[in-house]
Amino acid sequence: MSVLETRNGSGSRRIGLIVGAAITGIFGVIAVIAAFWTPYDPAALSIVDKLQAPNLHHWFGTDQLGRDVLSMIMAGAKNSVGVALLSVIIGVFIGVPLGLLAAARRGAIDELIMRGNDLVFAFPSLLLAILITAVFGPGAINAIIAIGIFNIPVFARVARGGALQLWTRDYTLAARVAGKGYARISGEHVLPNLLGLLAVQGTIQFSLGVIAEAGLSYVGLGAQPPTPSWGRMLNEAQTLTVLAPTLALFPGAAVLLFVLGLNLLGDGLRRRWEPEK
Amino acid sequence: MTAARADSPLLQIDGLSVSMGTVQIIKNLSLDVGAGEILGLVGASGSGKSMTALAIMRLLPAHATLTGAVRLRGEALTDRSETELQGIRGRDIGMVFQEPMAALNPLMRIGDQVAETVRLHRSVSIADARRAARETLDLVGLRGEQGALDRLPYELSGGQRQRVAIAMAAVLGPPLLIADEPTTALDVGAQAQVLRLLQELARTRNMGLILVTHDLAVVAQLTDRIALMHRGEIVEQGATQQLLHHLQHPYGRALLAAAKLRPRRAAPQPPAAEQILQVRDIVHEYPRRRRSLWRTAAPFRAVDGVSLSIHSGETVGLVGESGSGKSSLLRVILALERPQAGEVRMLGDVFSTAKGAALRRLRRGIQAVFQDPYGSFDPQWPVERLIAEPFYLLDSPPAVAERRRKVATVLEQVGLSASDALRYPHEFSGGQRQRIAIARALITEPSVIAFDEAVSALDVLVRAQILELLAELAARLRLAYLFVSHDLNVVRSIADRIYVMRQGRIVEHGPTETVFTSPRHAYTEALIAATPKLR
Repeated sequence: MSVLETRNGSGSRRIGLIVGAAITGIFGVIAVIAAFWTPYDPAALSIVDKLQAPNLHHWFGTDQLGRDVLSMIMAGAKNSVGVALLSVIIGVFIGVPLGLLAAARRGAIDELIMRGNDLVFAFPSLLLAILITAVFGPGAINAIIAIGIFNIPVFARVARGGALQLWTRDYTLAARVAGKGYARISGEHVLPNLLGLLAVQGTIQFSLGVIAEAGLSYVGLGAQPPTPSWGRMLNEAQTLTVLAPTLALFPGAAVLLFVLGLNLLGDGLRRRWEPEK
Repeated sequence: MTAARADSPLLQIDGLSVSMGTVQIIKNLSLDVGAGEILGLVGASGSGKSMTALAIMRLLPAHATLTGAVRLRGEALTDRSETELQGIRGRDIGMVFQEPMAALNPLMRIGDQVAETVRLHRSVSIADARRAARETLDLVGLRGEQGALDRLPYELSGGQRQRVAIAMAAVLGPPLLIADEPTTALDVGAQAQVLRLLQELARTRNMGLILVTHDLAVVAQLTDRIALMHRGEIVEQGATQQLLHHLQHPYGRALLAAAKLRPRRAAPQPPAAEQILQVRDIVHEYPRRRRSLWRTAAPFRAVDGVSLSIHSGETVGLVGESGSGKSSLLRVILALERPQAGEVRMLGDVFSTAKGAALRRLRRGIQAVFQDPYGSFDPQWPVERLIAEPFYLLDSPPAVAERRRKVATVLEQVGLSASDALRYPHEFSGGQRQRIAIARALITEPSVIAFDEAVSALDVLVRAQILELLAELAARLRLAYLFVSHDLNVVRSIADRIYVMRQGRIVEHGPTETVFTSPRHAYTEALIAATPKLR
């Protein structure tokens, strides 16, 4: 019946994947460039040039303190990508081993890990992130930790669910007959077969991380001035919407476009890895 | 067993062809089924038999193209609209699939599911539909006690679920019933009952029945006529008994020879041989989910005081239905799970409680081949790495060149070529994969190999080849086998001695032929009687 199973991805799916990958790639490149070069120093004040509309010298205009908005968007991309990426890494490096352990050992260990997960899940995530940053002080590092903590149970669950299925396959049984222990089988057979699933979840969590970072810095708990961030740019722009409407437009569009791109990418990857449910 | 064939056949298929893309799956197929007639549509997987069944119902995948004519009572189904066909499916043609759990709605009571079928096709009251459902469920043998209709699919056994599926297919009294491998997922006992039920339905209700199956033994017992399919064509058809005795087509002959499962071993091994594996008084229990907060549930005793032994060079069969505890016992024997009581000894050393280096040393002596040829291999590993995996058991695993040479040797021993080592499992067929699994089991040069339903998922011809390979390897390498299976015919063809397991206990054991010809336990007798046979 192999004929029945082969089905090529339809055009629209593939377009979503390509567009998503392209947008994500562009933002990634911008973030890397911003680490070395921006058109202007994003922190340099120049009151004379304040509130300019987009023009040839300042493509995206300037803000109320005369800073170049394009440079701030670029530096903001660096900040956004950095925070989201590091918080995903926290989630992956702590959550995935916990999920693998729970699936391999089952029983009391499984219960303990999964109930611990439920505990973290039970908190409204952004609220607790605000709490953490409020207690330990605002800043990019604390934002990364706060968002990262909520990625842990997500990756633990995804890893455990996928691993449980793989543990029912005969090849894990064969590996045990070959004398391999739970840890080694998890590393050699289970994890490599979960990478697709984890990549999909990673993309989704990345986009949620971008939103969370923007949210935290919007309320002043993310990266602190003078480090530019999209959330704070939005916050500062909102009092000036009548005077300079483009000020809110660019950071808002950046968040929107980046998250859209990540979601398209995640969705495209998911369909590629599990073409039929 | 000859049913009167009506003058104009109930179902007439004329020049049916189905293609998908450029691949022709069914080629110019013509077939008749009369009222009250049971037709066996037989073939290996991929022969197009299931596709034929789907083509009759016009349930083909969207990109399949169909030509030719299918007529039911003289009316052409092939030019009906989808809406008209929906009325015909269920009312005029009933269908039963292989996996009953997949055909039933897991959240709906079985009485309601059958009643729903009635109300889809007839405008009757709920009460009338339920009455029809009750009558049909009675008919398929799910009768009796109050509340039988209110049960949910998960509360039923596999055989009972298949009866519900049959009730759903038969409740409207369709003139034609198509059953696609209806007993492949069932135990011998349940299989015999479901087959008898289908036969009764066809006879008492004058229903035409198409039984799609790969199992010639089933067909020989049940059908009036056989159509043998090979690569999308009917290569031979005729009255069952005549056809089986006078097969013309070489494929048909090969299939029949393979299905007969002639014994592959010359003579039973002398019992004086050295005892390799000793299993003594094994008890294995699983914790049950607690139902009360205050009391722990009594554990489920899967294996209850089992002893058995395997001598060097002999093949021991372990048979039993699903749930008999044979898989649990096998896991204990392979030291994958620890028994609560009893012990397993390998060449005199305790295996079941061994640890560390001792456990690894003992593991070299026993390897295993599992049922699922598709799930047995990590899809990301090349064959060489897969076969070499048990080298992990050695204290000093061979270096690259030596490993490559050893892998090549076992690959050739199982009838594959050394160059297959660099390919990936998905590039092989089911039979080839089972050969790779055997190669993996051979690599540490064990004295025993355990087979857990290792040929159950294979086609008849492939199964015969694998059994032949096993017999040859056993003779050449003086290997002992522990052959665990629910299929009595297979075990009979390969085992020197057999153990019959039921509800965690061994109820009978002895030399294979003795047990088969004069079983002492009533359960063994019933099992043998329920197994379809080809004479």
